[in-house]
Amino acid sequence: MSTKSNAADKTERLLNLVICLLYTRRPLPKAKIRDAVPQYGTSASDEAFDRMFERDKDELRELGIPLVTEPYDVLFDDEPGYRIDRREYALPEISFTADELAVLGLASRAWTQASLAGPAAQALRKLEAAGVERDDSSLIGIVPMVRTVEPAFDAVKDAVLQHTPVAFTYRTAGTGEVSTRHVQPWAIASWHGHWYLTGFDTAKDAPRVFRLARIEGEVAVEGKPGSYEVPVDHQPKSMISTVAVDRAPQLATLKVRVGAGHSLRRQATTVEAVDDNWSLIALDFTDTEAFAEEIASFGPDVVVKDPTELRESVIRRLSGALGSGPGSPGRITEGERI
Amino acid sequence: MSTKRQSGRSGQPSESATTRLSRLLTMVPWLLNRQGVEIDEAAREFAVTPAQVEADLALLFLCGTPGGYHGDLIEAEWESGRVFLGNADTINRPLRLGVDEALALIVGLRALAAVPGIGERDAVVRALAKLEAATGSASAGASRVQVLIDEGTSREAMAMAQEALAARRRVHLRYLVPGRDESTERDVDPMRVISFDAHWYLEGWCHRAEDVRLFRLDRIEALAILDEDGTPPATAEPRDLDSGVFTPHADDQLVRLALGPGAVWVSDYYPVEGIDRTPDGGAVIDLRTADTAWLRRLMWRLGSQATVLEPVDLVREVHLGARVALEAYAESVGPTGSPLASG
Repeated sequence: MSTKSNAADKTERLLNLVICLLYTRRPLPKAKIRDAVPQYGTSASDEAFDRMFERDKDELRELGIPLVTEPYDVLFDDEPGYRIDRREYALPEISFTADELAVLGLASRAWTQASLAGPAAQALRKLEAAGVERDDSSLIGIVPMVRTVEPAFDAVKDAVLQHTPVAFTYRTAGTGEVSTRHVQPWAIASWHGHWYLTGFDTAKDAPRVFRLARIEGEVAVEGKPGSYEVPVDHQPKSMISTVAVDRAPQLATLKVRVGAGHSLRRQATTVEAVDDNWSLIALDFTDTEAFAEEIASFGPDVVVKDPTELRESVIRRLSGALGSGPGSPGRITEGERI
Repeated sequence: MSTKRQSGRSGQPSESATTRLSRLLTMVPWLLNRQGVEIDEAAREFAVTPAQVEADLALLFLCGTPGGYHGDLIEAEWESGRVFLGNADTINRPLRLGVDEALALIVGLRALAAVPGIGERDAVVRALAKLEAATGSASAGASRVQVLIDEGTSREAMAMAQEALAARRRVHLRYLVPGRDESTERDVDPMRVISFDAHWYLEGWCHRAEDVRLFRLDRIEALAILDEDGTPPATAEPRDLDSGVFTPHADDQLVRLALGPGAVWVSDYYPVEGIDRTPDGGAVIDLRTADTAWLRRLMWRLGSQATVLEPVDLVREVHLGARVALEAYAESVGPTGSPLASG
């Protein structure tokens, strides 16, 4: 029948192979396996069977099935035998209470928008296969969601887990400079909605933080798994957050149009009316450039009185918005199109 | 006959043999512990069609311990629409968790433990301890994959949103729409509280918009729980967050921006339809939006790092706003000051 595909044949063969190798107490040599698993009986030749069996072994191991090779007979150790150790194979007996399974369900659903969605759902099913039903009633509606939109996520995550050195093309923030970086990955962390890699940059001979979204193209493996050590006291969060430097707060005085600048008004320490159209507000800020960006975004609704540095930074941005930016086909001079 | 089948792949196989094997090895213990479960429920649990569950059962029926005799094969019965499974002792336990499986749950639980005000912290801690003990080496690297939940300043809004959800009450919000620099008042029937891209949102049916809306908790200026039923309309569906909280529509206006190297982050931040890298490290991007107010604000913020290429109306609006703003500086600086001089 045409509905029974290659894949179905193969699933049947692999399942019978798993059952056979779990069932046997002693390692089985290849010839016995060929007899025991009916789907191997149809192999055209010994070579065809050997090739198929080698591939099947690899695929089972990739699924995480602990297929071991042991001497079939201690007296003739050139003939290998195969089996699956049931204790190594099976999920240990763990019983979760209903509320524990509910939070496990939430933890699994956190990944529904991410590349680990499949493994997360499969993990939960395995835990639930043991029998307990989860009770979601106490957790209505609280959903932490993790996203992995960065194409490099899977490759970087695997490199972190396996301690594998990697190389990738990286676009540096600010300058936009593109270069190849050689890194021993330490950790991967999602912070403020973006994934970051921390690690040791072997060319720069120093620890570095990389934003995954700025990695371009493929992540190349550049060494063997386990070929370096991660510092035992490594704290990804503190390393990533030091990218943003803290400074002492300064006081700014701003003129804000009535009915506008809501987010600034919320942070204001004082607000006084100037006239029917304007208020004068005072508030603290730390990073001049970041605060200037925020103020510039209000356009004509906010005017900086003090300090001068902040004022100039805002003027620079607004002038830039009025002038021509990079990549524009022609300079649009003031007044030309207004 | 069957030797031919081994060469060449059949048409368009929907799933690989190993994916299916992996499901079967989980499905068998799941079914053994739920004798008589309905096919439909099994299908929901394994995210496949009922027909696929039947196909899986038909396949299991052909497998068993070596020998191939009747007593060696797995017993499966499902004609009544309920599934009964037997003689599958060899695979009656699920396979232990793989590295990615253990990782997903452990990292997810740790993120959950960081949720401000979550009432189930105790259950999270217990589940985490059991899971780590059971997964052993598979969970060894999990501490080096972290989701850092930022609790921000919205602890109070979070607690009240949770309370309203639990009691199924409508809430009244004073909400800041920062893209438009507007403070708005609205009644909302809460549906869920989600953390997404490092912010917490209340998702609910907004009676003002008559649609499902997301409200960032740190932009809620005031939240009052009303003494009114807050069950959202049956038609209210949570938003699909695949492309982020900004969900462009096909009929939205197309905007083309030229970004300098210092503004390329914009293309990571908003869903773009097209991106062309420029040799200087910048990019030209296309995006769709119904409302250009936030884009004007973005352009003023980015200054010389970005330019609107299309539409012309938006170019004009950005220029006009910047001019009016600069005039205010020119006035206050006096005749000698030159606000347009910049570095």
